[in-house]
Amino acid sequence: MKCRRCKSPEIVIELRRHNAAFCRDCFLHHAREQVRRAIDEFRMFPPEARVLVAVSGGKDSLALWHMLLEMGYAADGLYLGLGIGKYSDESGEITRDFAAKRNATLVEVDLPSDYGFDIPTAARVTKRVPCSACGLSKRHLFNAAAREGGYDVVATGHNLDDEAAVLFGNVLRWDTDYLGRQQPVLPESDGFVKKVKPLVRLGEREMAAYCVLSGIDYIVEECPNAVGNKHLGYKEALNAIEDQSPGTKNAFYFGYLARAADRFAGDAAASREDLRECPSCGSPTTGEVCAFCKLLTRVTST
Amino acid sequence: MKVKLRNPRREVEIAGPKRVHALLEELGVNRESVLVIRGDTLVTGDAVLADTDEVEVRPVISGGSGWDAGEGRR
Repeated sequence: MKCRRCKSPEIVIELRRHNAAFCRDCFLHHAREQVRRAIDEFRMFPPEARVLVAVSGGKDSLALWHMLLEMGYAADGLYLGLGIGKYSDESGEITRDFAAKRNATLVEVDLPSDYGFDIPTAARVTKRVPCSACGLSKRHLFNAAAREGGYDVVATGHNLDDEAAVLFGNVLRWDTDYLGRQQPVLPESDGFVKKVKPLVRLGEREMAAYCVLSGIDYIVEECPNAVGNKHLGYKEALNAIEDQSPGTKNAFYFGYLARAADRFAGDAAASREDLRECPSCGSPTTGEVCAFCKLLTRVTST
Repeated sequence: MKVKLRNPRREVEIAGPKRVHALLEELGVNRESVLVIRGDTLVTGDAVLADTDEVEVRPVISGGSGWDAGEGRR
């Protein structure tokens, strides 16, 4: 096998869904091209935009930040300390180290010291899985930090595998409201900053490969709370199919965007008709107070 | 060869020479869900690993990204 682009025999990765193999330099070029294409194709942001990248210390978000900086974007990082023991300590350290080495700006929000609670406590008090309080906090705080810092857009490291797995879960439950919002771009509206996913054209294996080949140190260990969660199960199921039939995840996700997503747009819009400002923090909400403030009151009053 | 595995972290000794595909099959690992790393680079499925090689089979799947799936998805 030879590199698809330069024909060198020194290949480092095969991408079966593209029926291609690449040498190191051409693979890194391929990965950046996929991001460039996603940004252009889905009109994510213009060259002069101020981008806030939500970074966790994992492969996807650090690779995304790395690529955007290399491509010349004004991209700052936002790290959210979740208070998940050793996992949070290590991921914070790796993220700070990444930023320092590249002289990049890292904004930090820490749940325990800024809000007085951590994810394990929130899970205990609400009697729900930790990923629930974690997701809610991330969505709220990313948006709040972007508004406060005057950023044009929040970029997250969701890759093709993530999006295909979420789509799979939403289809299995016919969750038409979530299906209507599953887009690589969520436009700015009613107090929500624009949100984009520039890695949708790249698989999870490509993201890990990008980090290894670029010398990016990332946290390889899984979040202890994610082990065995539903999302991982969906990914494993899709990978079993992908192994038999390369390209399935790509066809599933991009086929959905091209031929089905529009049909659910009405469901998503209907559920957001009654948006108002949270009296406590000013964030948009459909309830009396926003879900984050409700969580905060519950967790800190016990 | 020495093979480093994760979740949980452990090291196993496997006889070489052996192709990467065969190694992954022996370990019962789906090739879509891992990278095989030798030194600071990656090796592809057809590459032959020597008995003296040290490699890492690194999982690439992370479950922490499902946070965007619910609660209004914003």
